[in-house]
Amino acid sequence: MNFTLKIWRQKNRTDKGKLVTYAVSNIPPDASFLEVLDVLNGDLVRKGEEPVAFDHDCREGICGSCGIMIEGRAHGPNRKAATCELRMRSFPDGDTLTVEPWRARPFPVIKDLVVDRSAFDRIMQAGGYVSVKTGQAPDANAIPVPKHHAEEAMDAAACIGCGACVATCPNGSAMLFVAAKVSQLALLPQGHAERKERVERMLAQMDAEGFGSCSNTYACEAECPKQVSVQHIARLNREFVRATAL
Amino acid sequence: MSKPVAFLSSSVGRKMLMALSGLFLCSFLLVHLYINLFLFKQDQGAEFEMYGHFMATYPLIRPLEIGLFAGFLLHGVIGIWLWIMNRRARPVRYSVSRAGDNSTLSSRIMWATGTVVGIFLVIHVNGFFVQSRFITPERPMFEIVREAFTNPWLVAFYLIALAFLAYHLKHGFQSAFQTFGLRYSRYERLIEFVGMLFWLLVPLGFAAMPLYFLWAY
Ligand code: HEM
Ligand code: SF4
Ligand code: FES
Repeated sequence: MNFTLKIWRQKNRTDKGKLVTYAVSNIPPDASFLEVLDVLNGDLVRKGEEPVAFDHDCREGICGSCGIMIEGRAHGPNRKAATCELRMRSFPDGDTLTVEPWRARPFPVIKDLVVDRSAFDRIMQAGGYVSVKTGQAPDANAIPVPKHHAEEAMDAAACIGCGACVATCPNGSAMLFVAAKVSQLALLPQGHAERKERVERMLAQMDAEGFGSCSNTYACEAECPKQVSVQHIARLNREFVRATAL
Repeated sequence: MSKPVAFLSSSVGRKMLMALSGLFLCSFLLVHLYINLFLFKQDQGAEFEMYGHFMATYPLIRPLEIGLFAGFLLHGVIGIWLWIMNRRARPVRYSVSRAGDNSTLSSRIMWATGTVVGIFLVIHVNGFFVQSRFITPERPMFEIVREAFTNPWLVAFYLIALAFLAYHLKHGFQSAFQTFGLRYSRYERLIEFVGMLFWLLVPLGFAAMPLYFLWAY
């Protein structure tokens, strides 16, 4: 398969950056999008040009680093998939694809397609933890957890912190990410000790980082590679009311 | 931080004020629609006029009017403020956007549909409320309504504005319940059903009045 890629090239944080057009050819349909970037980078290096910088690590959809906007869709057009899981057979042969970094004020571009997502780390540091004493593992039945709570907590815990929710939200809001973390811990007994402080602190950090606010467009849920549901945002909102109004 | 300060200083708290004021305005729409339905009574506006008189003279109505005005102001000001903040969260925009693939148009243009409704409201309040309360209080309201709604241009303007209101409510009504964290509960079906009745029937009910006057007079 052959493709024309218009890729965002930006030398560093302060460079203005622009879209540069590249042609890639003889791509197997089962190649992942990241592998196409590998092929392109091989060509660029052989020509003595600077390769395209992009984030990647696990290449199996579990680390969350491969965030790229492809033709206006976070992680490309497929649902339930990160960029590393996107196969080129999802596109028609000869297609032109515009490839951009995540765009949000709290995610500044470092180079080309790589953005600084440490704003998420700071939100986690603000409250995404539990204060538990370490020691021997407790007896499995010592703390009863209803099955549906465990299931929902697991669904929230599936969040890999990729930032697709922020990238795709018209408001650049991080609510789905924050909701996944708050919801996961609010559903489990271990999270109850800091329940109120957690939601207040994480939301305050979210605002301080400059993320937008949620207007319930639900674009995040549609693009989340782990299908984290906006019902966790509803729970986050309830946790917020519990902490600040009741 | 004290609780009210924590509430108001969070973007989620401001969203909740948005939802509260939005639903308060929705409740006002229902009362307004109910009274206006008396325009259809074949009594040359006698009973409609009675309600109008009650509204103009009953002392408890004043604080409600002021509250309603404040509600509109709060909703509009916070709405535009949130919208500006949200624009700022993405200073560099995407060169290709396919927002239609993952969200509804009505949810993305609340600021625009809201602004159109806001402009309409200024004209509407000036045309009816200000006229009958301050400028020509001796004229029956029914007369003012008849004069206005026999003008086809004004009727067309009302219909367009009501279409925008319907679109605003299509997203807004259910969105408010998500903001309160009440969707995805046992009430989900109910909220969706009432929401659909609301955004369709309320604007249709209002639209019936100018159409009726245009046709009957
Ligand atoms: C009869 C008049 C109006 C009614 C019944 C109404 C109702 C609502 C409701 C129920 C919401 C949903 C709140 C939520 O998402 O939690 C909403 C949102 C919104 N309204 Fe209105 N509204 C009215 C007029 C206006 C006006 C005059 C403006 C002026 C600019 C406006 C701007 C907005 C905006 C920007 C939002 C979205 C807020 C967000 O999601 O962040 N609305 N409205
Ligand atoms: S909620 Fe989904 S889209 Fe957002 S960071 Fe987590 S995995 Fe990514
Ligand atoms: S590289 Fe790890 S999720 Fe894509």
